[in-house]
Order: sequence, then C-alpha cells, then structure tokens
Amino acid sequence: MSWDSKLIDRAKEIIELYPQKRSALGPLLYLAQEKEGYIDDDSVVEISKLIGITEVQVRSVASFYTMYKQEPSGKYLLSVCKSISCEINNSREVIDNIKEFTGLANNETDIESTFTFEEVECIGACGGAPAVQVNYETVEGVTPPKALELCKYLKEEVPEVIVADDLQDKFGGIKSFDWAIEDNSGTSSTAPGFQIIGTSEEK
Amino acid sequence: MKETLLLTKHMRENPENSHLIDVYEKNNGYSAARKVLKDNNPGDVIEEIKTSNIRGRGGAGFPTGVKWGFLAEDQERYLVINADESEPGTFKDRILLERDPHQLIEGIIVTSFASNISKAFIYIRGEYAKPARRVQDAVEQAYEKGYLGKNIFDSGKDLDVVVHLGAGAYICGEETALLNSLEGRRGEPRLKPPYFPAVKGLYNKPTLVNNVETISSVPWIINNSGKDYAKLGVEGSTGTRIFSLSGHVNNPGNFEIEMGCSFGEFIDTFGNGIKENKAVKAYIPGGASAPWFTGDQLDIKMTIDDVANAGSMLGSGAVVVMDEDTNLVLAAKSIVSFFAHESCGQCTPCREGTTWLEMILDRIASGRGRTSDIDLLLDVCDNISPGLTWPPQMTTICPLGPSAVSPITSLMGSFREEVESLLPKKVLINNE
Ligand SMILES: Cc1cc2nc3c(=O)[nH]c(=O)nc-3n(C[C@H](O)[C@H](O)[C@H](O)COP(=O)(O)O)c2cc1C
Ligand code: SF4
Ligand code: FES
Repeated sequence: MSWDSKLIDRAKEIIELYPQKRSALGPLLYLAQEKEGYIDDDSVVEISKLIGITEVQVRSVASFYTMYKQEPSGKYLLSVCKSISCEINNSREVIDNIKEFTGLANNETDIESTFTFEEVECIGACGGAPAVQVNYETVEGVTPPKALELCKYLKEEVPEVIVADDLQDKFGGIKSFDWAIEDNSGTSSTAPGFQIIGTSEEK
Repeated sequence: MKETLLLTKHMRENPENSHLIDVYEKNNGYSAARKVLKDNNPGDVIEEIKTSNIRGRGGAGFPTGVKWGFLAEDQERYLVINADESEPGTFKDRILLERDPHQLIEGIIVTSFASNISKAFIYIRGEYAKPARRVQDAVEQAYEKGYLGKNIFDSGKDLDVVVHLGAGAYICGEETALLNSLEGRRGEPRLKPPYFPAVKGLYNKPTLVNNVETISSVPWIINNSGKDYAKLGVEGSTGTRIFSLSGHVNNPGNFEIEMGCSFGEFIDTFGNGIKENKAVKAYIPGGASAPWFTGDQLDIKMTIDDVANAGSMLGSGAVVVMDEDTNLVLAAKSIVSFFAHESCGQCTPCREGTTWLEMILDRIASGRGRTSDIDLLLDVCDNISPGLTWPPQMTTICPLGPSAVSPITSLMGSFREEVESLLPKKVLINNE
C-alpha cells in the first residue's frame, strides 16, 4: 500500500532531523516495517522518492540489516539469542521449545501470521541468559518452560502492546541488572518502539 | 574488594527515578556542563581529559584526550556516541543508557563544547529500543530546560542531539561502519586511511566517535579533576570501568571497579563463585573477539596492558566464564557463527573464511569431523590473520575477520585434546 499523507508527514519530520536526507533512510524503513510487517515494494518506492535515491539503493540498504524484514512477519517476532553467554546457559532448549510450540524453523512465519521465529545474535542481555525478545522488547532469564508459557500467553491473550517490563514480570527470571525504573512503554508492531519513529506505545 | 562508584553512583542512590532530570540535578547533575560553559575555555576541558588519562571504553582503548586533540578544524564537525553495544558478553552501556541517560547527555554537552561541535548523534543499536526510549525522553527533558537546543545554559552556544536507532548489525559498532550506517548506507567499514573519523568522518566532516561509557565518565572528571581520576586504577588503566560478568557465575551483572585486581578475585567477589561450585575451565576476558584464558590463568590483572601482555584484550570489558563441563567446541562454534553472521562481506578472507570455520566446527561438534580438520581450521585462520599472532595481522579491512580466529587459536592452544577426542583416530597405513 502506498503511504497516506499522515505517514508522509511523519517521514518528513524525521528527515528534518538530519543534515542530509539520506540519513533518515533507516528510520523510514522502520515506518514500512511498522505498517506492513516488512519492507514492501510500495514503501521502497515512497522512500526512494522522499529521500531522492534509487529504489535499488533503498533495497540494498534494507537487505543489509537483520531488523528490516524482507518478507511479511507475524504479529509477534520471537527472537532468541544463541550467542556465547546464552549458548552456555541452555538457550538451545529454549529454542527447541519455541520451535516445537510454534512449529516453526528459524526465520519462518506461521500461516496465521501470529509468530515469526528467529535465532539471533547477542542482544545485550548476557547477564540474564538465556534472553529472548518479543518485537524487540527484552525478556531475561527465560527458562525453557517459561518460554513455552510466553508463547502460550501471546497466542491466547493476544496483547496489543508488548512491554518488556510486563513480560519480564510474567515470564522472566535472572536479569543482567536491576531494571529499577518502572516502565510502561513498548511497541505494537514488529518495528522497535521508539518515539522518533512514532512506534512507541504506552500500555 | 569493593566497587568504586563513579558512573553508577547516581543510579544506585536513586534507583527508581535516576532517569529524571530533576533528580539528576538534585544530585549535582549538569554542574559540569554549567561550569565549562561559564568558564568558556575549551582548551582547559581537553587538558583535563588528557590529564585523566582515560582510554576509550569501546574496545580499542585509545586515549580519549588525544583523540579530541586531533579533531581537524572545520565549520561543520560532529560528535557521534557509539551505543551499538553488540559484542557478545557486553551489556554495560545498556545500564548507562537505561538508568542514567542524563549523565551521558551532560557528557555530550561538555564534549561538544570542548570540541566546538553543535550537532551530536547517539547511535543506539535497534535491539535497544527500551534504552533508546529512555534516552530520547531524557533528551526531550534537556531541551525543555534549555540545556540542549539554542543558546544552551545562556552561553550563546547551540547544541542539537539526535537519537538514531540502528537496525541489527554488529559491524556498525566499528566506527566507520557506524558512520556509513548513520549516513543511510550499508554498514560496511571504510577503507583506511584516513585512519580517524576525527579527520574525515560523518559526511566527510571531522567527527569524534566515542563510546557511551567514555562520554559518561566526562562529567565526573570535570566535577572532580583529571588528576583525581588518574589516581584511580593503575597507570595506563586509570579510573573505573564497568565490567559485564556473565556465563556460569552465580551472580552475573555489571560491576564498576578500579582496574587492577585479578580476574579470579573479580569472579569470586562479584560473581559469587561458579554455579554448583564447579571449576573454571576457560574464560573470555574482554568480549567475544578476545582470545580466551584458561582456569589456570585467573591471576591475570584486569588492566588493558596486563591482558594485552598475556595475549588477549580487555576489549569491551565483558568477562564470560565457562565452567569445567562446558563443551568448548560448541562454545567456539557459537562465537565463530556470530562473526560469520555479522561479517559485512566486503573482504573475501572474512566472508568466506568465517563461513568455512563455522562449517568445520559444526561437523566436528556433531561427530562428523575429519582427521585433517584441525590443520584445515588453522589454515583457514592463517588466511584471515597470517601467522596467527597477537595482536593479529590482518588481510581484511577491519578487525572483525581476525576476531573469528581468536576462539580457534584459544581452543587449539589450550584445549587441543578436547577437539582431537572428537575426531576419528589417524589410520595407520602399512604399519607406518
Ligand atoms: C567489529 C567492531 C565492533 C565494534 N563495536 C563497538 C561497539 O559496539 N561499541 C563501541 O563503543 N565501540 C565498538 N567498536 C570500537 C569502535 O570502532 C571505536 O573504536 C569506539 O567506538 C571509539 O570509542 P572510544 O574511544 O570511546 O572507545 C568496535 C570495533 C570493531 C572493529
Ligand atoms: S573484515 Fe569482515 S566485517 Fe570487516 S570489513 Fe572485511 S568483510 Fe567486513
Ligand atoms: S549472549 Fe545472549 S544476550 Fe548476550
């Protein structure tokens, strides 16, 4: 779908932040990710017009980074860390459980578009290994049984806004550090929740 | 042994609201920024940082004052804060972003003033959405107070700060890749020379790139003095440092200490020992790129130079502990896979080499190894980093390729028998 005037205005505000238009490319790709769950062809066209680079240039950047999805993602993107601290703290069993629950292999999306599952590299939660992200909101100390509960919860309750602190309370365990500050913010799409992009939401 | 709280003091004392500007100010916050803008002597600030002898906390340990000193003259200059923190084992910038964003912003104000910069970017990895929101809230609070924007602190100076979200690419931690990424390009490291972004950086303009922890240290140095800072720690590794401890310890976490104690002491005191009282088989002293030390090397001192002399690096300050039951082939494979996945693909030895290393380790780990595999692994490593020396020789544009070699040389150097035990025995032909 092409972009409506509201989205284009948001894009223009973002472009204004930078000395050169092209710097806004990353944030604008997140707008597409939010809207469609992936970087769709129409968005590539819109972005190339807004920034003044070719569509191929937009694609070339989009395909470089793992957080821009080239195919539609499910409502919940489950990313499980498999890097060293998680690997030696049993992340493989977390991965196996999630795969079994969802029936998905790495980088697959289910037919109902509920889940996309991916194995990822370190997400900076190594003290809270094994660590998982749901739509880029971090949950730490996720044991294999808790991972199953997390999946069940998402599937059955279908929460609109994903908030890290909320999931941590319900399904997390040991943390990298005391989070201390109460937080209600999160995201309702597979784009990371961030004010500037316009993707952050309060619960 | 105790922590020395400089950077983590405010967040410890005000756990629930350290992120709010009023609370930060009540605790002497923004006094360093006020002071330097009032004194109006940028040269003094740079001198103070030089005196402190602080070395960059992003991994390379480059002296910060020196870096600031050779920022080239130009009308347009930039400050870029490297908050891409993606080195496996590392989560120390995350706590600074999440729990004390104003300390970072104050550091940015002082740094920008010292270097006559009026536009700064904070490049935060995309997976740190929550820390990024915290920082963005703090930036907005600072704008409201007039600490950012036009005529900050009524000094006549302007400073704009933009928080920019990355999109999942470890290589964007490498400073020139980060700049390309911030310019809306693929995050591929740039060819050197020019060696320093301080000469040609963002949009080809002189640019300071510094780590979150480095810049968060600046307010303390200004409030106290470079001399006081230099008194902490040991020569060559002054000040405090936040170490991220993870792996098989009872109490993982971030701990701020003066550099100079031994790894053994650190792991015992703060990690509260190893889970189930097991012994340490190996540990990584400075993030996934760093060669490992063995359980017999726990008395090495935690300083940049001691670790370098012992054949590894303090790097990003991430200590990962592996107990006696760890399958080190799988551990090495995890690290090699990381680099294979994160290679930007520009250099053949890195792109192809890391993929081969991953495949060979995979077949060894799953019992399909070949007798020749150890030689093959080392041969591929030698193509990425000739001579397998430390610090590594490079055939590549950036150090990511050679980083993938570290776990393999560690494995073969100290744990070769463990690998050999997984391989078929050599077949003797004609009773040779
Ligand atoms: C592959 C690679 C990844 C890096 N990742 C980071 C990183 O995540 N954060 C960081 O601050 N520095 C990282 N660095 C180091 C930066 O290139 C740069 O030296 C640093 O940001 C400079 O800041 P400092 O002087 O304050 O340490 C990385 C370097 C390489 C080669
Ligand atoms: S060494 Fe690897 S990551 Fe670095 S520039 Fe070359 S291909 Fe890219
Ligand atoms: S190793 Fe899993 S979060 Fe860092």
